[in-house]
Amino acid sequence: MAISFSVNGKQQTVDVSQDTPLLWVLRDTLGLTGTKFGCGKALCGACTVHLNGMAVRSCQTPVGSVGGQKITTIEGLGGKHPVQKAWIALDVPQCGYCQPGQMMSASALLANNKNPSDADIDAAMSGNICRCGTYPRIRAAIKAAAKA
Amino acid sequence: MDTINSQSRRDFVKVSAVAGGGFVLGVYLPGRQVAQAAGGGSPNAWIKVGADNSVTIMCARSEMGQDVYTSLAMLVAEELEVDVNKVKVEFAPPAEVYINSLLGGQITGGSTSVRDGWEKLRKAGASARMMMVAAAAKEWGVDAGAVKASGGVILGPGGKRTTYGAVAGAAATMEPPKDVPLKPVSAFKVVGNAKQKRLDTPAKVMGTAQFGIDTRVPGMMYAAVALAPMIGGKVKSFNDARAKKMPGVKAVVQFSRGVAVVADSYWQAKKAKDLLIVDWDGGALADLDMNKIWSGLQTASAQPGATFREQGGDVEAAISASAKSVEATYQLPFMTHSPMEPMNTVAHVTADKAVIITPTQFQQLIPHVVAGATGLKPEQVEVQTTFLGGGFGRRVEVDYAIDAAEISKLAGNVPVKMVWSREDDMTHDSYRPAGLYKMKAGIDANGKITAFRFHSTSPSISARLFPSIVKDGIDPFALEGIDNIPYAAANMKLTYQMHDTGVTPGYWRAVSHNLNAPALEGFIDELAAAAGKDPIEFRLMNLQLAEEKHAYSGLSAGKSVGPRVKKVLEELKAKAGWNGPAAGGGKGRGVAVMEGYNSVIGMVVDVTLSAGNDVSVDRVVSVVDAGPLIHPDQALAQMESCIVFGQGTALWGEITVQNGGVQQTNFDTLRVVRMNEAPKKLEIHFLAAAEGQPPGGLGEPGTPVVTAALVNAVSAAAGKRVRTLPLSQENISAA
Repeated sequence: MAISFSVNGKQQTVDVSQDTPLLWVLRDTLGLTGTKFGCGKALCGACTVHLNGMAVRSCQTPVGSVGGQKITTIEGLGGKHPVQKAWIALDVPQCGYCQPGQMMSASALLANNKNPSDADIDAAMSGNICRCGTYPRIRAAIKAAAKA
Repeated sequence: MDTINSQSRRDFVKVSAVAGGGFVLGVYLPGRQVAQAAGGGSPNAWIKVGADNSVTIMCARSEMGQDVYTSLAMLVAEELEVDVNKVKVEFAPPAEVYINSLLGGQITGGSTSVRDGWEKLRKAGASARMMMVAAAAKEWGVDAGAVKASGGVILGPGGKRTTYGAVAGAAATMEPPKDVPLKPVSAFKVVGNAKQKRLDTPAKVMGTAQFGIDTRVPGMMYAAVALAPMIGGKVKSFNDARAKKMPGVKAVVQFSRGVAVVADSYWQAKKAKDLLIVDWDGGALADLDMNKIWSGLQTASAQPGATFREQGGDVEAAISASAKSVEATYQLPFMTHSPMEPMNTVAHVTADKAVIITPTQFQQLIPHVVAGATGLKPEQVEVQTTFLGGGFGRRVEVDYAIDAAEISKLAGNVPVKMVWSREDDMTHDSYRPAGLYKMKAGIDANGKITAFRFHSTSPSISARLFPSIVKDGIDPFALEGIDNIPYAAANMKLTYQMHDTGVTPGYWRAVSHNLNAPALEGFIDELAAAAGKDPIEFRLMNLQLAEEKHAYSGLSAGKSVGPRVKKVLEELKAKAGWNGPAAGGGKGRGVAVMEGYNSVIGMVVDVTLSAGNDVSVDRVVSVVDAGPLIHPDQALAQMESCIVFGQGTALWGEITVQNGGVQQTNFDTLRVVRMNEAPKKLEIHFLAAAEGQPPGGLGEPGTPVVTAALVNAVSAAAGKRVRTLPLSQENISAA
């Protein structure tokens, strides 16, 4: 059954099974591969996107539940977002695989909290795993983006 | 024009592949006359120059976060005299010319990329520059000495000017220079630039970097796999009646070690795969569990083992005769790599060709194993390396490329993207070996070590992967971090007992440094306590300051580096404000030092234990002697990475086995470091390089050092010695 929703400001209609996780619709149907598969169980945050501005794990979001709603992925963050600028300025990524999810969580945090404390950052970011251990730079980049 | 260029590129690959081992310069393109006419060319295998004067540097190592994409390009650019920020970087195909001389294969591992490339890549850049300068000089009829190159532009006498793009084709026909002088370190403009940014950051921040899992090829289908729940299990039979009826399913195939569902989309393949009913043959290890594994290691550790280092007289007698003696056994668990990108490969196998697009650390092996799996010849297998979403040693294995090739062929020669679930990945890893580390030592009345006995028992990784390097019971990769023990003792006997636990052992970030160094450094703290000495003072007074050669430490300095260790410890003492283990109130401080991959790293770690013995890391101070830093900010990043990665595996992350299978399946049952748990303070200090000192490796050696320092910090905080890792609540409580 066809489902319509907005992705990065563009209306999309897909014809896939309703239970298909949004992650795979983004990656395989729409070709937006910036959103990553890491665990499939909302444990690692690599698949984080914005659903109406809120950070959600797209691997646990059935596409059938997002009809008529607004999705933003890393490709839709625009490239000039303060979080992306800070990530570039501090050379945050190493392997880079988890970073789209990290930036989507960070940008959702900053949208609601202009000056996050360390505890706020811990609370918002602890669902995003980075095996390369870029956490110190992620924290610094969030603080830099908050000041931008 | 496009046709000509792509033809040239193919020839470039082919010619490089037959050009012979080691560093080969002057790979002549068969189509060079055409290339010359069109402009552009390849002065050697490392550099491609376009007619538009664009410069592409070939990256022969896999980028898995450790920054080879930028740091190796910096080495070439330094001597090529081009702006490194304007070059393109391409991952090299498998070819002899790209072999890592420290590992003997086109492998990314062993913290060798920069060390292997240090001279080789600067010479490649210099040679190419010299050839292009010579080509311009010849064209102008002037002496090459009167011609200079800068920023890809060549300037000659009387205002003569041309570009690399204009002369590269002609340069490719010239004899490579025999004598290639290099700039002194003091003249570096690119290498060592503290402000240099990673060249791959923008793509990784925009979400456009292409990892293996992001690969898309025309007509591609998706495969999900059912793998045996027990290690080494095989398919006995399977029922695919329900799976085959699922929408989008194109094929269900049995391959060597499992059953794959091939469908139009990954989700369709995955859903159908979940409906497969597979009867597995667990084989000989079907009832393997931790009790059997540990009792097997215990029994094996009673064997004498192979002696890899012996000096002085009877070590046991010397220990008995010493003023004080200490004996202890450390136990280290299995660990998983679990990089964030699960194993995957895109394979397209046809009657006379295979294309394999994969995130791999060992591209050179893939043509051979895919040939074996498909009946093709190795030269019919094309390998493309993507960005790697983490590696840590997991992607030295080529198992997943073989799987995908088999599936592509069995499904009717269709292009297939095989993607493992996290569960497939975590339960079908090759694991950091577990082991037992028995030590005994004697100290004299002054606190000098008089005799040291070391006996390790653990699986041999090399016996599985590279059996030819295992001789007389000795796997050199099992001796890392102990064959190069930095301490002196008149009497010493070090032995290794190989023991196969049944669990697949694999090379894991810093390999056996992670086993031997924490055991040794934990034990050294015990000796310091027995001697009534401060841990740093005890280390300093027992350092081996004389130069002695190490028989098996091929990837290390190869000889004792006591003066470097001394300098690191003294600097560390000052930087950390060291005043002893500073235990009390649930707090503890620990120190450790190690030489690995020709880098000397010291660390002081401060921890707090909760009432329930959960460890939080308050501060890590590290002093690093890694010689000259090619890309200083990313040398720092690698230390940060090693510390956070090692923290997680020192404290948690143990892999256990029951009923023949791995019990941890995802990030709910495997605890890894998260944002709120990373060290609250992290200070890393690099020592200035000595004159002529070559670079040390940095991708790995920090991991064992933080583990060792945590053993000592946690023991200080707990007020008792914790010798069983990980330093989990259970193991601290039970100590």
